[in-house]
Formats: sequence, structure tokens, C-alpha cells
Amino acid sequence: MFGAGGGTSSYREVEETDVIFLWGANARDNHPIFFHHVLKAIRRGARMFACDPRRTSTAQWADAWLGLHVGTDIALANAMARVIIHAGLANQAFIANATSGFEAYRAAVEQYTLARAERITGVPGEVIERAALAYARADRAVICWTLGITEHHNAVDNVLSLINLALLTGHVGRYGSGLNPLRGQNNVQGGGDMGAIPNRLAGFQDWTKDAAVKAKFDAAWGIDMKAQYGRNLSQMFEGMEHGEVRAVYAIGENPAQSEADQNRAERLLTGLDHLVVQDIFLTRTAELATVVLPASASWCESEGTVTNSERRVQRVRKALEPPPGARDDMWIIAEIAKRLGHDWGQPSAEAVWNEVRSLAPMVAGMSYPRLEREGGLHWPCYDETHPGEQFLHGRLWQQPRGGPAAPFSVVEHDPPVEMPDAEYPFQLTTGRRLDSYNTGVQTGGFTSPLRRGETVDISPEDAASLGVGEGDRVRVSSRRGSVVAPVRVDSSLRAGLVFMTFHHQDQVKTNVLTIDATDPKSGTAEFKACAVRIEPVAAAVTT
Amino acid sequence: MTTLVSLAPPRRLVSLTIDGKGIEAPEGSTILEACRTQGTEIPTLCYLETLHPVNVCRVCVVEVEGSRVLVPSCSRRVEPGMVVKTQSERVVHSRKMVLEFLASSVDLSTTPEVARWLGEYAARPDRYGPPAPPAAAGARDGLEPGHHDPVEPGFRATVAQPTKIDNELYLRDYGKCILCYKCVEACGTDHQNTFALTVAGRGFDARISTEFAVELPRSACVYCGNCIAVCPTGALMFKSEYDHRAAGTWDESRQTVTQTICPYCGVGCNLELHVQDNEIVKVTSPLDHDVTEGNLCIKGRFGWQFVQNRASEERPQGG
Repeated sequence: MFGAGGGTSSYREVEETDVIFLWGANARDNHPIFFHHVLKAIRRGARMFACDPRRTSTAQWADAWLGLHVGTDIALANAMARVIIHAGLANQAFIANATSGFEAYRAAVEQYTLARAERITGVPGEVIERAALAYARADRAVICWTLGITEHHNAVDNVLSLINLALLTGHVGRYGSGLNPLRGQNNVQGGGDMGAIPNRLAGFQDWTKDAAVKAKFDAAWGIDMKAQYGRNLSQMFEGMEHGEVRAVYAIGENPAQSEADQNRAERLLTGLDHLVVQDIFLTRTAELATVVLPASASWCESEGTVTNSERRVQRVRKALEPPPGARDDMWIIAEIAKRLGHDWGQPSAEAVWNEVRSLAPMVAGMSYPRLEREGGLHWPCYDETHPGEQFLHGRLWQQPRGGPAAPFSVVEHDPPVEMPDAEYPFQLTTGRRLDSYNTGVQTGGFTSPLRRGETVDISPEDAASLGVGEGDRVRVSSRRGSVVAPVRVDSSLRAGLVFMTFHHQDQVKTNVLTIDATDPKSGTAEFKACAVRIEPVAAAVTT
Repeated sequence: MTTLVSLAPPRRLVSLTIDGKGIEAPEGSTILEACRTQGTEIPTLCYLETLHPVNVCRVCVVEVEGSRVLVPSCSRRVEPGMVVKTQSERVVHSRKMVLEFLASSVDLSTTPEVARWLGEYAARPDRYGPPAPPAAAGARDGLEPGHHDPVEPGFRATVAQPTKIDNELYLRDYGKCILCYKCVEACGTDHQNTFALTVAGRGFDARISTEFAVELPRSACVYCGNCIAVCPTGALMFKSEYDHRAAGTWDESRQTVTQTICPYCGVGCNLELHVQDNEIVKVTSPLDHDVTEGNLCIKGRFGWQFVQNRASEERPQGG
């Protein structure tokens, strides 16, 4: 946000803040150790608000649970903004100094009265008001979010609606106030930092817009880079659909099972001319591959760094010898480069990291000895004497302001693409459980006493009206496919909402149900909402 | 912007005397901390820097001039002019008694350091007689306050009982439990806030218990293993370690400990991988790293087996 793709606060600040919003984030189950920091804050007296359609284990720790309908986050955020503006709690000094576009924003959120927001979101107006006032009146407040915000067809707009709230109240750029996406994978932040995204090089540098950046990388690598972005994952699949992408090299990714609309994903991957999969396992995607390159496990069989949700770069180290035949990712890539005519030798992880440091100013000060000694460092860290920045965007508070203004964004409520109707009367939302991880490739390796296999979680009301009970098998069908799974009756769900995970793909292919409605700006698919029908299996549905 | 906002005023130094030597320690620090900075060793069992002191083991007691009773050094804060004796006759005698009582009733065979302390303090737990026979499985869980049956004369009372093994991740051998409360604190308000464990019963019948003493899979336990991480005696033990010990293959001299980052979510928890013969045998987290303070979740603590399953070219369940 504001030119740097990372959470603005450190975990330490979360412990010492006064108001915490966990928005579309079930941190208690999915980021348990981050939630320890939240618990420290709660024990200190901080108030926590949980915005989630499900009354999750996180919500059970909240001062108030804002149980909004799936995909109504913008209406909730805009209504909170209206409350704050009408109460005279907008931070006028900060808005004037640090932001742009406030008048247009004010006019847009004026349409989101409490009555209208209550109608759209299902959250009582007085609860919305209470949450808004608590946020605006706090000395320090953070908003944290995860996939409940981003797995929607309007993911970026959802995020912008939260950023707007921080700009309105000045809850960003200060100790204990910030905006924090909690990352779902141990190096999803680091992947972005290192330029493993289609539109930035390492350090979030844009070579298409900044001539100095292009000149620096061209000189370092002895090439003339094309001023053209790559494709994100959703665009790659679109490219496969249109025959523009004919070959795929997948490293540590299992799209055959993790993509929405799984039947389509598998069909497109199967139709490629050439599919190379580099992974630690023979995943479902690897089974479809032309060539499989067995890799070592990056977190315990090789050296390197990862970046966490508080922008802290930390070392991963080799503790184990990989199984026979599995090679370090870097070794494989260097060998492929050699066969393509570029002999890079076999650089060490530290040598590669030092090249990154020489090209990406935001990590320039992070030498391996410092990372060891200081237990990791927060970026940006510009030189060897820089301590690393605990929070971002302090520049917004400088007078005169450092750098460009942070813009308000006018964003409007836009319901999920596929809403329940007479034919598919239930809304399916997907998520994750404490003891499992994504497609279950890794967590399938240990026996968890908590694990009960895949289930269709439904509310007690829906269980009664469908005439099914705990463990009864039901068929769940969407416009794209259908699966059979046992019922789990879950009182954290409201009538009409059902929940599944995609942890047990070999038993239940949940992602044949989900919809591939992607956000044009970020490329994320709407895993959080699609319409389904549920029938007891005894009713013998033809498929 | 730089990091580190100082949230507390700078601490004054307090002058005190420890074992006849004048020293200065920051205001608010404990006698134990002051002693450790001086290199004075004080044994501890229930103390851990990441938990609130509960003052139950009494093995860290020291003598403070003017104090009627010995004070626990792990929680008593330094005061100006304090005169502390860490090795007075009274202190040594008290520690000897504490160690004797603990060792006479509890199996301390997997408690680090304790064998050395028993020697140093000339503790003789055997002088209380031969151990009473172990309780039957679950018998101690059914004891009710106010109905304590003393052991037969001539025997010493013990908490010996069969090990509770009710899941594949960790087990509870309460014959090794000294009731230090660390697991209760880690599971409770100090870290995990799950409250799956507490102390049930009174006096010698007190024991760590789940709600109504149910098996772990029926309890509130979420298998974070943060109780195992703080257990000082091995009463709570990883199944992997237990199996190695049972097979006679547990050998810490052959183990390496490598610090790395958890492969799961983006919180960035530091893991210490304990590896023996190219096999992960247990996972801990450093107490002094501020992301985890030694804590992990079920995935970080136990979710490492997939890397080892590859060696046998097995495809894991779940794809």
C-alpha cells in the first residue's frame, strides 16, 4: 500500500495497541502465534473486533463480533467511515497533511447510512456504530486482514476500503497504528519482496516506469529488459485457455488442486505442450507434468531467507540432507540456466542474497551476519547501520509530508458474483482449519487428533430443515461440479451459509465447486462465495 | 523512522550485597536475575523467563537479611541495601530438603541438572524408605479432596503411575510431574489461553488434569505443544522422543539443533529442529525470540513429518 507491498506494523506494536480489527481473518486458527500477540494486547485491555461471517474461535475473543454477510465488507467499512465523519472524529489534520481525494470519498460514503449498511451486511447498526467509534477514538488502532478480504472478485477494492478507514482516522504511520495483511504462507511476503510477482523486480521496483531502475538492472545483468509486465496466476490460466500460454514451469505450487474451478484448472494443465513441475512431492500437478524436478525442502534442507507478515527477513537453514535425487531449488535453476546457455556457476544462498542487496535498496543493510545476530530485520533497512523500520509510512506524519499523498479511494459495495437463488439456495464459503494447511500436501504427513476429514459445515437451522444430522452424507452441487461429504453441524454458522475447506482433496474436491470469478486488479479468485445446493445422499441425485 | 520506541522510563540501578559482594542491579529485576549476571548459580525448576513466577518449587530460595523466611529469588525483586546470601547453611539445608522430597516422590530421571544438584546438596531421597507401589492407571485422577489415604508405614509416598498415551503427538507421564505449574501457565493466561490443563486435587493428591480428567482428544487441547516446551522434567514428552527412548536410540550427543523458519503460515515462527541421524526428532522454538517466545502451533510443532515421509517415496494422505 502507498507504494510498498507489506504490512505496516510489527507484532510488538499489535501487543501495545488499543483497538484491533481482525477483518476476514480467523487468526486464532490460521495464524495462531500472531494471535498470541493479539491475546497479549487483549490481556492488557485492548479491545478486539472480529469481522467475519462465521462466529470463529477468533470472534470468541472479540469485544464485538461483526457477523457480516459474505462479501459485504465494503458496505461495512463505508458505513463505519460515515459514522466517523458524522461524529466529527475524522482526523482533519492528518487528512490535510497526508491524503488526497477526501471530498469524493466523503460524498461516496454518505450513501452508506447505518440503516442501509445493516440491510446489506446483516450487522446491527448500533454494533457498526460502536465499532466505528472505538476505532476512531483509539489512540492506537490496527486493522489486520487475510483471505476473507482478498479471496473475492473485488479483492483490491475490499483492501482499499480498509485503507480508507486508516487514512480517515490517521491510524497508519505511527507506532501501534497500522494496516496489516497476515500472510498465509511462510514466504508469500518474501516472494513479493524478491520480485516473484509479474509487475515488480526485487524490492518492489518497477522497471517499466523508472528508467533508473531499468538501467541499474540492465547493467547488473547485462540485458535489455522489455518494458512489459508478466502474467499473474489467473492471467496464466486465461492464457492457457486462449492458447497463448503453451508451457508452464511450476515451482512449489499445486494449481491442479489449489485453483478455483478445479475441473477447468486440470483440463488446462493437461492441455499444455509442456509442463515442468519442481516440487518436494509428486503432487497432483506433478502427476500431470511432462518433467518433474524433485526439489529439496526449502525450509529445512537448504539455506536462504524468508520474510514474514511484519516484514521481518529471517534465515532458513539446512538441518537435513534431502532424500536421494532431490536437489536444492537454486541448484536446479542454475543448471537449467546453464543448459539455456547462461553459466551462473553454483552461487551460494548468501551470494545470491548479496546480489539482491546490491540491487534492492530496501534490504541493502541486511547482511547474513546481521540477520544471524539480530534475529532477523524489518525492511526497509538501507545500510549496515540502519536498524530496520518497525513500522512503515511515518513520512505521512512529517510536516511537510515526505513523498506523495496517500489517496482515498472511492469504492462501492459489489456483492459476490454468484448469489444464492432458488436453484442453488446456499452460500458456500471456504477456509482453513487449525491443524491443516492448504491442499494438505504437507500437513497430511502427521496424525492430528483434531482432524476429522473433510466435512460440509452447516448451521443447526439448515441441518434441521434439510433433515440431516452430524455425519450424514450430503451431495453439495454448484453450477460447476458436485461433491459428497459428511455433515458437521456448526453453530458458528448462520442459516444459509455453509463452510468447507480444501485440505482433503483426495477425499472431497471442494474446488470443483468454487467459482473462478477473479479480481481483475489482483487476480485472486472468489473462493469465499459461491452458490450451492445441498441434498441428502439418500435422495439419489443423478450426476 | 527508526525502530524501538522506548515505552518505559530508564531503570535506576539498585545497590545490594550478594554473598558479601556489593553489586548494582536494575530496579525491578529479581534476585535471580541479579545473581545470574554475577555468575552465581541458583537452581530453578518452576521458573522460566517467559512465564510469570508461581513460586512453588522453592528450590531457588535464598536468605535475605531481616526476612523471617527464605525468599524465592525468582520473583523477589531487588531492593536498595538488600543483603542476600545464596549459600548460607539455612539455604543449603532448605534446598536439600526440597530436592529430597521431590526426588523421593517423583521420577526425576529425565530432569536435566537434578542429579548434579542432588549430589551437591547431599540429598538422600532413599532415606524415606522404599517407594510405594505405583498407582493403577487413572487411580490418582479419581482422588477427592479430603480423602487422602496415607501410604503404608515403611514406604515412601510417590506419584508413580502409568504413562498416559492417548494420541500420536505427545504423552503425559505424571509419575515425573513435580507440579511446577509451568504447563498450566503456558496453556493458560501466559501464552496459549486454551485452558486445557489445570491443577486438580489437594495436597499430595494434587495433579495436573484435563477437564474431568478426560483423555486429550476429548479435552480442549489444541496440540500446540507449548506445555511440552516448558515442562522441566520430561513428564510431558514428544511421542517421537518417547519412542526413541523406549527403543534405546535417544542420544542427545548425536543430535544437532538448527534454527530455521516454520514452513507454514506467514507469521514467521522460529523453529529449532532437533535432528538425530538425519531425522527430525523434536521441534522447539527459542524462548528469546520475540515472534514466538518459545511457542508454536500444532503445525509448526508437529507438522514436519512430511519431509521425512518423502525418503520412503510415500505419497502422503491428502495429496
